[in-house]
Amino acid sequence: MPRTLSKVLGELAFYLAVAFFVILAAFPFYWMLITAFKPNSDLYNVTNIPFWFNEWPTLEHVKYLFEETLFATWLWNSLLIGVCVVAITVVTAIPAGYALARMQSRKGEALGIAIFLTYLVPPTLLFLPLSRIIAELGLQNSLWALVLVYPTFTIPFCSWLLMGFFKALPVEIEEAAIVDGCSLFGAFIKMAIPLSVPAILTVVIFTFTLTLQEFVYALTFVSSSDQKTITLGVTTDLVRGDVFYWGELMAGALIAAVPVAIAYNFFLDRFIAGITGGAVK
Amino acid sequence: MAVIAEPITKPVSRFHFFLDRREVLELFLVAPAIIYVLLLVGLPLLLAVYYSLSAYTVYDPTWKFVGLANFRDIIQNPTFIQTLVNTFIFTFGSQLLGLVLGKFGAFLLLRPFPGRKIVRALIVLPFVIPVALATIAWRWLFDSLYSVFNWTLIALGILDRADVPNWLGTPWLAMLCVVIINAWRFFPFAIVIFLAGITAVPQDVVDAATVDGAGFWRRNYQIILPMILPIMAIGLIFGIVFTFTDLSIVFLLTQGGPVGATSVLAFAGFKTGIESGDVSHGAAISLFMLPVLLIVTVLMLRFIRRREI
Repeated sequence: MPRTLSKVLGELAFYLAVAFFVILAAFPFYWMLITAFKPNSDLYNVTNIPFWFNEWPTLEHVKYLFEETLFATWLWNSLLIGVCVVAITVVTAIPAGYALARMQSRKGEALGIAIFLTYLVPPTLLFLPLSRIIAELGLQNSLWALVLVYPTFTIPFCSWLLMGFFKALPVEIEEAAIVDGCSLFGAFIKMAIPLSVPAILTVVIFTFTLTLQEFVYALTFVSSSDQKTITLGVTTDLVRGDVFYWGELMAGALIAAVPVAIAYNFFLDRFIAGITGGAVK
Repeated sequence: MAVIAEPITKPVSRFHFFLDRREVLELFLVAPAIIYVLLLVGLPLLLAVYYSLSAYTVYDPTWKFVGLANFRDIIQNPTFIQTLVNTFIFTFGSQLLGLVLGKFGAFLLLRPFPGRKIVRALIVLPFVIPVALATIAWRWLFDSLYSVFNWTLIALGILDRADVPNWLGTPWLAMLCVVIINAWRFFPFAIVIFLAGITAVPQDVVDAATVDGAGFWRRNYQIILPMILPIMAIGLIFGIVFTFTDLSIVFLLTQGGPVGATSVLAFAGFKTGIESGDVSHGAAISLFMLPVLLIVTVLMLRFIRRREI
């Protein structure tokens, strides 16, 4: 009897601990969700219990976002920037990752590490000189500045990720193609790339989410509202003076965060494998 | 492998390019990435160093060399010392808290139980939501009037409405909030890193140790821990770099306030260099991040080397 009791208590403690972690992690997200759909009269009434809806949920905040603010423009800007950065990254990182993986000498290894280390150079160290470079190019206060700058962190990261992938791809396949009369370059285009579609897909998703998450460069280089990205627009444009429009803010944050959260969740393990670079063998 | 390919190599036609030479092709493929990074990371880095040694401002874009004068100005400013201390508290406080939470969380998630996949998806939310958006949600949670924490404290009768804390308006509380938010953001990362490390430990090694009479603690601290140390170290290095150089949390939550209590290096660099246009001093402030980054880079290289063996 005492044995079953202690077992039950143990189980209870376990699930309580799990519940603690889930609440800790997800509560701010739940708060975003519930705030986004509460009418203002419910939101700003301290006598109401804030944890659930005291009045009927409303779509007024979402409607306000799309009708009275530039939210749709920010969405479009983010999409445009994301697609362009993905294109630039894919075109440069796939060949780079492949070449780094196939280099015979230690030079390839060293070069790969060097490229990856640039991922650690923070935007907060580079934004001052970069803003000068952007001004010289006439891109200040334009979303094209971000298209130019974002690949500086997506290329190193994705090259490293793809290098790991191509290393795992047997060279024999390409060699067989070369024996059959394929050129070296052809073996890369016709054999290596089709076989690495899953890895390329991962790179596309990551690049896209990284551009959606970015805040520092967007804050530094873009100031007019119609050029802002979704993350920047929501966090800086929905605050007027000192007044926070919490319903709109949370609705905007929610809409921007959900797709990123879902995409990231699916690819998280690959992300971890990428940054740890197979530290465990 | 090359043995198979070599004897059959066809006589190469002259136009069958220089691209058919392996080294040339590799260089050609890797060049765009390297050029991009050199132009937009390498060059700006050098420029940042030069700025910090010049008298450059937005209003007076001169290249005049002033040596270490900017650094001297900065160090003599007492608020800068506070900023420096804040940055270290922010970084190491939040990483420590994140690691502790991460270790416990990973311990829980190791055990299979119904709904574990969903629990994991929920627990990693803080790491996968864009940090700027999460910070805004936290700002609302810590709101001076409508903070849900204060509401709960009042409802439970622990505090009176008159003496509820002003989370973001009290210096030490504001610092605590910033640390907590960053720890909150990084603990799922620590969990996933731990899990990746532990699941990669070969079961036969653990079994062999058990057969040889190793108990729970011995297995954990003398077998598993040393094996997951490299992956943990890499995770921690990432955490430190991205926290030490972070701007978004402080910018969106407290604007460095109240009275500079939460100002960190990246924020101070942004304020001085971008908002006030004093580029040279801003660059000098940002460059104080460099020593830490260099140390971390060296550590990182050592761990990457180790895995080669």
